[in-house]
Amino acid sequence: MPLTRDQIARRASQELQDGFIVNLGIGMPTLVANHIPQGMDVWLQSENGLLGIGPFPTEQDVDADLINAGKQTITARTGASYFSSADSFAMIRGGHIDMCILGAMEISERGDIANWMIPGKMVKGMGGAMDLVAGVNKVVVMMEHVSRKGAPKIVPKCTLPLTGRACIDMIVSDLCVLEFDGDKGRFVMTELAPGVTVDEVKDKTTAQIDIADEVRTIEV
Amino acid sequence: MVEKRYETAVESLADLRELGIIHDGMTVMVGGFGLCGIPEHLIRALRDTGVTDITCISNNAGVDDWGLGLLLKTRQIKKMVSSYVGENAIFEKQFLDGDLEVEFNPQGTLAERIRAGGAGIPGFYTPSGAGTPIAEGKDTRNFQRPSDLGRGRERAYILETGLYADLSLVKAHRADAFGNLQYRMTARNFNPMMATAAKFVVAEVEDIVATGDFDADQIHTPGSYIDRIVRTVSERRIEQRTVSEA
Repeated sequence: MPLTRDQIARRASQELQDGFIVNLGIGMPTLVANHIPQGMDVWLQSENGLLGIGPFPTEQDVDADLINAGKQTITARTGASYFSSADSFAMIRGGHIDMCILGAMEISERGDIANWMIPGKMVKGMGGAMDLVAGVNKVVVMMEHVSRKGAPKIVPKCTLPLTGRACIDMIVSDLCVLEFDGDKGRFVMTELAPGVTVDEVKDKTTAQIDIADEVRTIEV
Repeated sequence: MVEKRYETAVESLADLRELGIIHDGMTVMVGGFGLCGIPEHLIRALRDTGVTDITCISNNAGVDDWGLGLLLKTRQIKKMVSSYVGENAIFEKQFLDGDLEVEFNPQGTLAERIRAGGAGIPGFYTPSGAGTPIAEGKDTRNFQRPSDLGRGRERAYILETGLYADLSLVKAHRADAFGNLQYRMTARNFNPMMATAAKFVVAEVEDIVATGDFDADQIHTPGSYIDRIVRTVSERRIEQRTVSEA
């Protein structure tokens, strides 16, 4: 069975480590915040200028001056700090963020990512995505393995305009986990969703990928 | 001492045409992220000057009936320099009709271009956007990342230039009479850099205190950057009100 969005988020959350500084992209990646292991101290960064995102506010605590990158009202946790957008992206580009998790439309065999525009459709802009994939130490992609029409999204070469080149370290899809092997220069499949076979993944992936000697089953 | 305090946003811009700051084809920086920390009264006052063909440098473009959406509705903006233009039907229509030019910048590149412009830095190399469509026509060079010097692999960086505007409209929480500014929470965003990167800078604030009332250690933007200040009451609009169970 392919993983649900929540199960993908839970698997991605296993990449977190105590003390990590993490940026979660808008959409599905925000689900990862619900799966931070008990007792683990993880600091969430919001690129509009906050380190230390707290839970959503109660109605009476809503403050128009305190929002996340998705423009949602939020709170700040104890120990949080505010800073300008220039300082925020210095943190991102300078390698001071341990991990980011974001969505993607296409990932190439060599770890390129496309997730900001579809030619001919309305372009909204890349926001902070190009800076995040260029600067964050570990870049994890969470996505459905194929498009809604069933087309492979992990492809030999991206057909969509790129967000960044050779920058993706790991993909957690609804079918499997792929880890980028820097020496080989391609992804290695290390884990499968329960009931999903190697053949199914190969069938739905046009990129050349390696299969680990021991493929584990993702715990759900 | 020069009086920087103005009674209304409209008055704070009233003579800027005569001073040569406001003119058709001008470049304006407008602070804010989404609708958070935008100079909402100054945007309306700029609209009311009737200036046209504006090149507007701002991370976002407001919504249909608020923020920069008001200047789009009146077609006073010729070009936006932004990172994300989100949900704005007027923007989309003018863009698709070819009436509005848009230059997309990665958000961090936009922030750093403004910071650089204000800091007297003509250009800088950044890894953001290297090898993507936004690198086209820009000088690309390989460097090691500064934190990896001597051990890391080289990778591509692109040359981006500093930005400087005719006018910056910024929003802060509080000012003193000299123009020292304090921002509040995530309403800070692009405002501090924009306050440094224009010939003329007007700040809209929620409170003005006497010079000397701020602890000098707690000032975010020194008053020397600020030409005028105006106290306004913000509508504090929220785009995505998201609450948890009490």
